[in-house]
Amino acid sequence: MNMRHGKYPFILAFLLPPVGIYAIYMLSPYVQAIYISMTDWSGLTAAQTFIGFDNYVEMWNDDQLRKALWNNLILVLVVPVLTLLLGLFFASMLNVGGRSRGGAVTGVRGSSIYKIVYFFPQVLSVAIIGIVFKYVFAPENAGGILNRVFGAIGLDGLQRLWLAEPNYLIWIIVLVMTWSFVGFYVVLFSAAMQSIPRDIYEAALLDGSSRLTTFRKITVPLVWDTVQVGWVYMAIQAMDGFATVHIMLGINGGVEGAGDVLGVAMYREAFAESDFGYAAAIGVLTLVLALAVAMVFMRGLRRERVELA
Amino acid sequence: MSSSIERTPAAAGTDRRTFLQRVALTGVALGPGGAFLASCATGGNGDDTDDEATEAPTGDVSEENPLGIPTDQPIEVYIFDGGFGDEYATELHQPIFHERWPDIQIDHHAAVDIAGELQARFVAGDPPDFINNSGDGQMDPGQLISDGLLADLTPLFDAPSWDDPEVKVRDTLLPGTIESGTQNGKPYVLNYAFTVFGLWFNQTLMDENGWPVPTTWQEMMDVCADIAATGIAPWVYQGVTAPRYMNWPLLSMATKLAGPEILVPIDNLEPGAWGHEAIKESAAAIRSLRENNYFLPGVEGMEFRDAQGLWARGEAVFCPSGSWLENEEADAIAENPTFQLAMMPDPLLSEDSVMPLETVRATAGEPYVVPADAKNPLGGMEYMRAMLSMEGARGFTERVTSLTSVAGSSEGVQIEAPGLASAQAALEAAGDNVINWFYPNWYKTMENPGIDQATGALLRAELTVDQWVEQCEAAATQIREDDSIVKQTREG
Repeated sequence: MNMRHGKYPFILAFLLPPVGIYAIYMLSPYVQAIYISMTDWSGLTAAQTFIGFDNYVEMWNDDQLRKALWNNLILVLVVPVLTLLLGLFFASMLNVGGRSRGGAVTGVRGSSIYKIVYFFPQVLSVAIIGIVFKYVFAPENAGGILNRVFGAIGLDGLQRLWLAEPNYLIWIIVLVMTWSFVGFYVVLFSAAMQSIPRDIYEAALLDGSSRLTTFRKITVPLVWDTVQVGWVYMAIQAMDGFATVHIMLGINGGVEGAGDVLGVAMYREAFAESDFGYAAAIGVLTLVLALAVAMVFMRGLRRERVELA
Repeated sequence: MSSSIERTPAAAGTDRRTFLQRVALTGVALGPGGAFLASCATGGNGDDTDDEATEAPTGDVSEENPLGIPTDQPIEVYIFDGGFGDEYATELHQPIFHERWPDIQIDHHAAVDIAGELQARFVAGDPPDFINNSGDGQMDPGQLISDGLLADLTPLFDAPSWDDPEVKVRDTLLPGTIESGTQNGKPYVLNYAFTVFGLWFNQTLMDENGWPVPTTWQEMMDVCADIAATGIAPWVYQGVTAPRYMNWPLLSMATKLAGPEILVPIDNLEPGAWGHEAIKESAAAIRSLRENNYFLPGVEGMEFRDAQGLWARGEAVFCPSGSWLENEEADAIAENPTFQLAMMPDPLLSEDSVMPLETVRATAGEPYVVPADAKNPLGGMEYMRAMLSMEGARGFTERVTSLTSVAGSSEGVQIEAPGLASAQAALEAAGDNVINWFYPNWYKTMENPGIDQATGALLRAELTVDQWVEQCEAAATQIREDDSIVKQTREG
């Protein structure tokens, strides 16, 4: 009884500091951001003027913000799907996709090299990726790699001024983000696949299962938990896209602002237009969307768990 | 945002507190953290904004000390460490200052990202005394002014100059210098470097091929035809990054055709200003460069440095820019020792233009400010007075290859950079025919992305001239109708 009595002060004494730090450095910035979104703060003054929901009304009527929102939607839907499909495909080829040699389940020939190569993009900072890809898509005479490759193999008809064409911009971003994400998910899914007992694959092989069937009926269900985590994580990454867009297309989101995303719009409002209030409102919108996306993805992907033990 | 111009800073604090109380009461996501929120974080008060001026230290006003600065208080100086570096401050201006004020300690800082280092200090009401507010991290001067964060520099401009007590500082400056830093009728920004705008061309190529420097648009088109026939591109512009640079020849040529009055309604955001016949004619001329394929192939998809680099390497002849171009492309220029560049004024659209060919657009740039909440604002202004001395200005031109706003300061200075020398000559030739427009400084977002995107589309020939006018008008309308933006006007 005495023990029980003294337990709570003891626990509280340990919990208070971390909870306090969490409250100051995590919760309070959120709350402050929500408050700032209801002011016309320039980010320079000591005082803020409360203006209620004016920023949110303005957001509703902001065509450029709609464009950014639409682009984020494309990123959230397309990038995770592409990355997951490629990641699963590569990982399964690396781990279980090889022709059975002597009954062992292995990856394709040279998989140990591929594993390293796939991971390369992951060790590059986003800044480097953005600048490199700016030159992949540059005009031929300014060092554009893609256009030069097209020229060299006789596909001159496919040469474009990629970054000058509003319709291409967001798809270029999709491509770059997918390229930079895939390596990480290959490694993640590889780890998950390593933990699948080999005898399951051997049994499938004995039953004459094709590689595609093995992939669909065995590999995917058994790594689904990992896929789910990766999916949510990636969707949140794709909600962002700030660094890639800002570096590749600039602060206005490229030609006609066609490649704009919410993160860049927020940065532009805060630091180029000195409107922290409006930027905070965009931030709140992003927060709500990120939560919504995470919830939808978690629910939509819920499947029955396969117990391996 | 309609209510936001009616600022009531005093009420702001109460609103915030009420809000936080409500949040705390309802307990939204706040939990135990609520109590100290009201005290930290967004917790600046509106009530410490006005008392600084009275607290600012002063000294006795005398002939030696016309601003009445405190002679024993330190001044804190922030210099943007960019294209000009900061040695001109530490090795030139500060020694000049020290010679007269040996007891004043200068606390010198150099920064690449000015806002990154100083924005929080503005919020805290503790900014330094003197800031070179420039570079990518520039804090929007218009916003600083409308937030009341910059000191009025009138005392500086009314004070006697460093060199001659009989002449006021304002009378030592090139025309337009003070106006370029004036808002709401008060000067808040000292623009120290003087930039000349025009068309920069590859002198070597022109000489080798015997191409004449065009003085009219018709001659320009003839020369372009000759250049294009050799396989060299006649023109570049700043690509996907800044097509707005092409507005400079566009507006300059229109102004030469119809006179400087056409710029006034543009700056004053008057409806229909962009639809002036001269501007349309000029826009049609600029658009004809695309129609005739006179731009470097692919330039519309290039980064500006790539486009300018190709120009400096002889792949194109004409490039619109300001007199910083020579510094900016110094590396590419140095690759070829025979490469010579020169600046020409924008050609005349018609023989019977209102202004002469020699007319150039030139303006003071490179902003220096004194914060209103500075501990020693008079000290900051005295530092400016030292910079504006003949010795300070002349040394600046010698050191960083840039003209200054101090009249006559580059006279006799042997400018070795051929581009800047031609710009200096062009400015002298222009005499009083110096033009400028202010809207890009007053309304940053009207110029970029607004006009920038319209002009980019015009240069890709995706817009007709009339559609371009419509988009420019729309960009102006957006600013005009946004009540949260403080409007500026000019007379003439």
